[in-house]
Amino acid sequence: MADQISNISTTQLFNYTLNLADNSLIMGHRLSEWTGHGPILEQDIAMSNIALDLVGQSRNFYQYAAQIKNKITPSGDGGKGTPSVDRGTTEDSLAYLRDADEFKNIILVELPNGDWGYTIAKLFFFSTWQFLLYQKLIPSSDAQLSAIAEKSLKEVTYHVRWSSEWMIRLGDGTDESHQRIQKAIDEIWNYTAELFLPSAFENACYENNIGVAVSEIKNDWTQKINDVLKEATLTSPAAVSSPLLAGKEGRHTSFLQEILDDMQYLQRTYPGCKW
Amino acid sequence: MIKMISQKNIPVQSIWQLLETVSDPEIPVLSIIDLGIVRDVLIVPSLNKEIENEVNVIITPTYSGCPAMDVISMNIRMALLQNGIKNFKITQQLSPAWTTDWMTENGKQKLKAYGIAPPQSRPGETTERINKMFSNDEAFVECPQCNSKNTERISQFGSTACKALYQCLDCREPFDYFKCH
Repeated sequence: MADQISNISTTQLFNYTLNLADNSLIMGHRLSEWTGHGPILEQDIAMSNIALDLVGQSRNFYQYAAQIKNKITPSGDGGKGTPSVDRGTTEDSLAYLRDADEFKNIILVELPNGDWGYTIAKLFFFSTWQFLLYQKLIPSSDAQLSAIAEKSLKEVTYHVRWSSEWMIRLGDGTDESHQRIQKAIDEIWNYTAELFLPSAFENACYENNIGVAVSEIKNDWTQKINDVLKEATLTSPAAVSSPLLAGKEGRHTSFLQEILDDMQYLQRTYPGCKW
Repeated sequence: MIKMISQKNIPVQSIWQLLETVSDPEIPVLSIIDLGIVRDVLIVPSLNKEIENEVNVIITPTYSGCPAMDVISMNIRMALLQNGIKNFKITQQLSPAWTTDWMTENGKQKLKAYGIAPPQSRPGETTERINKMFSNDEAFVECPQCNSKNTERISQFGSTACKALYQCLDCREPFDYFKCH
């Protein structure tokens, strides 16, 4: 599949695919922290289901990223790759053996869960963004990215509905729930700016009809978010004055390292260990 | 029971029959054919007489993270091997994305008899539904116990990724609904 790509460096495509994979994996992993801790059984199950969808999506992206990487650095060619990909890159080596600064996820997904409202607000912002992004990724000239987007979009639609319903329930609920969800929105808002700020690999992929121009989905996103916030009697914060690229370029908060310490522990301690 | 098949000259139909015996591990009343997971079966003729024709089973996952897919792949492998088919491959295909529109009528009846309300979309509806982010157009799900349409959604997510949780307001039974996808 990577053979079809002529005008773009495979490194850019690799980074682009990794960014999509990392966003889903880290968000999915964060949400999975609710498993067994949800406020009631049904919502615990809902959160775990969404986490599972996201981890599943990330697997599809990682498998593709591994294919691309192995074309750049064929198996056995240890000179070019980092030590972790010496033996050929796999979906597992990408998830379990990269360091925090090699992850390309947006900062939003690595933020801690906070209370239920904080998690819901994060998920609502993220899912609405994924919903718009995947729609635009379906016509991609890259057949595999298009196929994964088509598959994932159906799942994300449920995530958007579920998190929107919760935004409304909490916003238009009690004084306490209203106050807490509004506080969550205000705190998370700054991190949503990165969603629409293109990195070098996003620009390169967009120019080659492979990727999405993230800045172009900002208006639709803002519209959808405002519709739900209005329904939820919540206030939309002011635009972020100076948005920064961070996670996409590998600059993360220490929260990501905490996730990786937990998630990668087994493979780091017992390399190659299998269930 | 299916007889042992000689791989040299396998009719495609007998592979389909064989796959009919592989069930979904989460919903054992459904075969993978009922679910629409098997997209195609190809027999790739071998040019070398010593090597048997290759059977290629093309499957598609229901949900990206469905843990049943690995088990299903393994069960297909077992079913083929147990029936003497050794030269095969199982290919996973993502596009076109799986939809409940592919579920057979037979499968829907089996689901209902098992106590799970079957998906109730008409073909083509699913795509339309995706574009309606906030719609809840699955409001009239029929209770698999008493057939009442007076039901209510308890949760959009149920015991597995493919199901939602409903309750019948007439007979009061909670039930799983296999959601349209």
